[in-house]
Parts: sequence; structure tokens; C-alpha cells
Amino acid sequence: MPKIDPTPLFHPISPGTPRPVRFAFDGVGVSARTGDTILAAILAAGLPCGTSEFDGAARAGFCLMGSCQDCTMWDERGRRLRGCMTEVTDGQRLRSRPYDDET
Amino acid sequence: MGGEPIVAIVGAGPAGLAATRVLVQAGLRPIVLEEATLPGGQGTRRLSPLSEPYRAALYGQGADAMARREDTENAILAKCDYRPGTLVWACHDNQLELLGPDGFVGQPYTHLVIAVGATDRIMPVPGWTLPGVFTLGGSQVAVKRHASFIGRKVVFAGSSPLLYLAAAQYLRLGHRDLTVLDTTPMAAKLRAFPAMLRHAPRTAMEGLALMAELRRGGVAMLSGGTIRAIEGDGRVERLRYVTRKGRETVVAADAVAMGHGLRAETQLAELAGAEFRFDPDFRQWFARTDAMGRAGETLWLAGDSARIGGAQAADAAGSLAAQSLLASLGRQIPARLLRRGRRRLKAQLDFQRAMTGAFRWPAETVAELPDATPICRCERVTAGEIRATLAAPVGPVEINRVKSITRCGMGRCQGRFCGPALAEIVASAAGETPGRLRAQAPVRPIPLVADTEGAEQRA
Ligand code: FES
Repeated sequence: MPKIDPTPLFHPISPGTPRPVRFAFDGVGVSARTGDTILAAILAAGLPCGTSEFDGAARAGFCLMGSCQDCTMWDERGRRLRGCMTEVTDGQRLRSRPYDDET
Repeated sequence: MGGEPIVAIVGAGPAGLAATRVLVQAGLRPIVLEEATLPGGQGTRRLSPLSEPYRAALYGQGADAMARREDTENAILAKCDYRPGTLVWACHDNQLELLGPDGFVGQPYTHLVIAVGATDRIMPVPGWTLPGVFTLGGSQVAVKRHASFIGRKVVFAGSSPLLYLAAAQYLRLGHRDLTVLDTTPMAAKLRAFPAMLRHAPRTAMEGLALMAELRRGGVAMLSGGTIRAIEGDGRVERLRYVTRKGRETVVAADAVAMGHGLRAETQLAELAGAEFRFDPDFRQWFARTDAMGRAGETLWLAGDSARIGGAQAADAAGSLAAQSLLASLGRQIPARLLRRGRRRLKAQLDFQRAMTGAFRWPAETVAELPDATPICRCERVTAGEIRATLAAPVGPVEINRVKSITRCGMGRCQGRFCGPALAEIVASAAGETPGRLRAQAPVRPIPLVADTEGAEQRA
């Protein structure tokens, strides 16, 4: 299970915005605002969005607009998506690695 | 070709929207392809529903005019075959390859306008792969799409007028711990300013107003110097830089937004047959076009993807490209209209060219990068690995060869973020002007299943 950083990277502009949407990322429960992107919700929860398969260092997105692919992740059906371009849906289960990669 | 023309416009930013407007007014119904779910582009990006409540704070008095402009754009797009959420991933033989809500589709065209914009140009520094480092454009997308700040102590670092704009947007939204670190010295700005003022007085004065706003808001502004490193244990904790006078300085930060100007998105234009030329002022390769943006028999380019010029230049260039396209269909375009459009475009492009002196691309700093610095963030290829390859007897020192040996530029981002620095490293070894990475289809990685963006579709 990934470690949760008590001081997240992202901060909602309005800290009090309700977060009724619930989803799971690498087995960790995350709550999100309605209309949140997956990446924003993950970074606001104090999680990175994965690790580099080359040096193992944490990844947390870079361009935030779909260009760098740094926020690549996979959904339950094994589909690759970009966390910064995809809106989160309630009950979604996401992972930072593809399913066939159990290392 | 014969038959009805099929006009396709790729990109619904300022250039694509201007081209669309002109074509719709002429009675055509172009196909407009946009990768994002909202039109508007990047710099002039529309607010997501989540960020909509911040419209007034972000844009102040301009908010209403902006909302009206968006309504007009929507009305125009309603008269087109507008396809948001559609990735154009290849182009060959007058056909575009699309991936959108309907899956993979081939779209033939008779006339193509490419207006896909630009992304941040990045000069890597040690530590730029740490969590908490984002692109400068990304820091703006954070507030406009993700309704989030990228950190509590944010440094906007690099060399770009957008450093000041992004900082102002954070300030207007109530952020109170902001630093702008602009590596181009103030003296260079003062030298460039008269020309900027001459070509686009309004835009130049807006820049000054922005700086004054930041000063009033208590934003720390540093100028001149070199960024040495971004440091921290698993995330950004500080930025280390050396002032022009050689003094080592440390700024505490938990986020860095970095950018060194813009880099034209040229891949699709290359696949569509454009040729390129090196622009020594911008130190990057732009497509060859005529004064109207025509780049080939069936190809027009407009906006930042053709030449870095900003939103106003994009608007002028998009109109001109569409007028040229209409002329190729035998329509009469009043000469007066063309003259006015060309004058407007030239003023903005000259302004941007003057500005390259005020916000320099720090090409020479690649030489000082420690060997361990990752240049490719996708596959973590370091400066040292690239240098070692250049030192080995590999034959002609050519950027595409270095790419295939080191894999720098072959990762997921396909050279978008490592490309400019890689070109400078190779150029400094070869003593030549920077080379150009060749484009390959797909121009973006293709998701394994078509509807990965479906969730955002519903936004
Ligand atoms: S952060 Fe760059 S693609 Fe998502």
C-alpha cells in the first residue's frame, strides 16, 4: 500500500469543497469533489500517482494537460488512462500499474 | 479531387476557432477535431465546471467579455461537425487517423488546417523529476481545470512572461506564498522593451501592469541567475539558484512551476507533409509556410504550432489560413481584409520575436548540467548517458541517431519535454545548430481501448 503524505501536493482552491465521490487507488480509499480529475484527487489525498518503472521514484504528474503521460494509470478493466485528463467516477478502482505487472 | 471539399481543422484553440469562424461565415461546415472536451486551447483555456466559481476572481473585469466570447464560439461550433474528445494520432495520404468517442476512425480530407498549439519548453535541472515540479502551463491548468493549487509555497521558475501571469492567477485566487524566479536579467528586458512596445503596445503594457499587480500583492520577484537544482526528500522542499553575481541562494518551496517559453507542436504537421526551418531567435524549428499559413497543396498551419505568437497572433493566423483556403476553393477574398489580417499577425509575431530577448531560452546551461541529471523524464536517460554516447565513435552526430541509441525522446511523451534540451546537448557537442527530432505516428500514445476519456466526456 502506498504511503499517505500528511501534507499533500495539491490543495483545492476552496478547502471546504465537499468530496462526495469515493474511489480506490492502489487499494487506498480516496474521496474527490464532483467533477474532480483522478490526478487532482489523488494528489490532494497525499498520494503520488505511481512510480517510475525505470528508477522507482515517485511520479506525481508534470504537464497536467495530457502531454507528458506522467500520470498514466490503469482502470479495473485494464485500460490505460491519463489521470489528469479523466474525470473520476464514484466507485472506480484504479491502479498505478497494469494488471499483468505484479512486480 | 472533385466533389465537395472536406475541410478538417485540428485543434479548437484560438487559431482553430478563428479558422472555423471564417469558414462557417463563408457557408462551409468544417470538421473540427479537438482532443480536450472543451474548446478554447491552453493559454485561453476554458474553466472546467469545478473551476467555474473562480471566473470573476481570475479574470476580474474581463470575465464578462470572456463569457460572451465563449458563447460566440459555441454558436460557431454548433454549425460545424465539431468532435471534442478526439485525438488525431496520425496523418497520411490526405487522411487523418482519429481516436474518439466512436473509437478508431479514418477521416479523409481535401483541406487540412492544423492548429494544435504548443507545450511548455523545459530546460531540465537536477531534481526536476521530483513530485511537486510541474510545468508552468500545468500550474495554470491546475487552477483552471483541476481547481487546485500545486502547492502551499510555490515558485514559478524559468524564463517566460507566463511566470508572471501564472503567479497573478494564483494571487487573485487567494494564494499568499508565491515567488517568481525569472532567469533572464532585468537589463535584457529593458533592452527588449522598446521593440515590444512598438509592435504591440497593449500587450506590452499589460505585462507591466501584471508585474505591478504582483509587487502590490507581495509576490517575491527575483530576476537573473541560474537554477542549480530542485531538492527534497521524495518531493520538492527547496530550489537552489545562483544569482547573476554568483551568490548561492536557496528558496524554500513545496512546488515548482517551470517553463522556458513555448515549444511548437509540430509532429502532426510533419506527418501531413510540412517542411521545417530553424529559427535562430526562438532556437526551435518551425514549419515553412507562406504569409497566409499555407504549407502545402492541401495543408495550412496556424497559431503556436506553426510559429510561437500567442493567442492574438493565433487568432489572426487562423483567419488568414481560412481565407487562403477559401481562395484555393475559388472564393474571392477582399484584398483589404487580407492586408489588415497580415498586418495584425505581423505585429504580434514581431512582438514575440522581440520578447525572445526579454525571456531567453537558456541554451548554454545544458553544458553545466551534472551528468546525473535526467534529461528524459519518461525513461530517466541522464545527461551523462547522452554525453557518453556523443563521445563514443558513433559516426555522424545527429539527434535522431542519439535518440535511437540512448532512447532519450522515445518514451511516453515522445520527446515533447526532453527534446529541446537533448537538441542543445547534441548541438553543443557537434558545434552546430540544434537538430530536429523526427515525428512518428502515433503522435501520442494510443490508449489500448478507445473510451478511456469517456469519463471526462460526461463533464
Ligand atoms: S500529467 Fe502530463 S499527461 Fe497527465
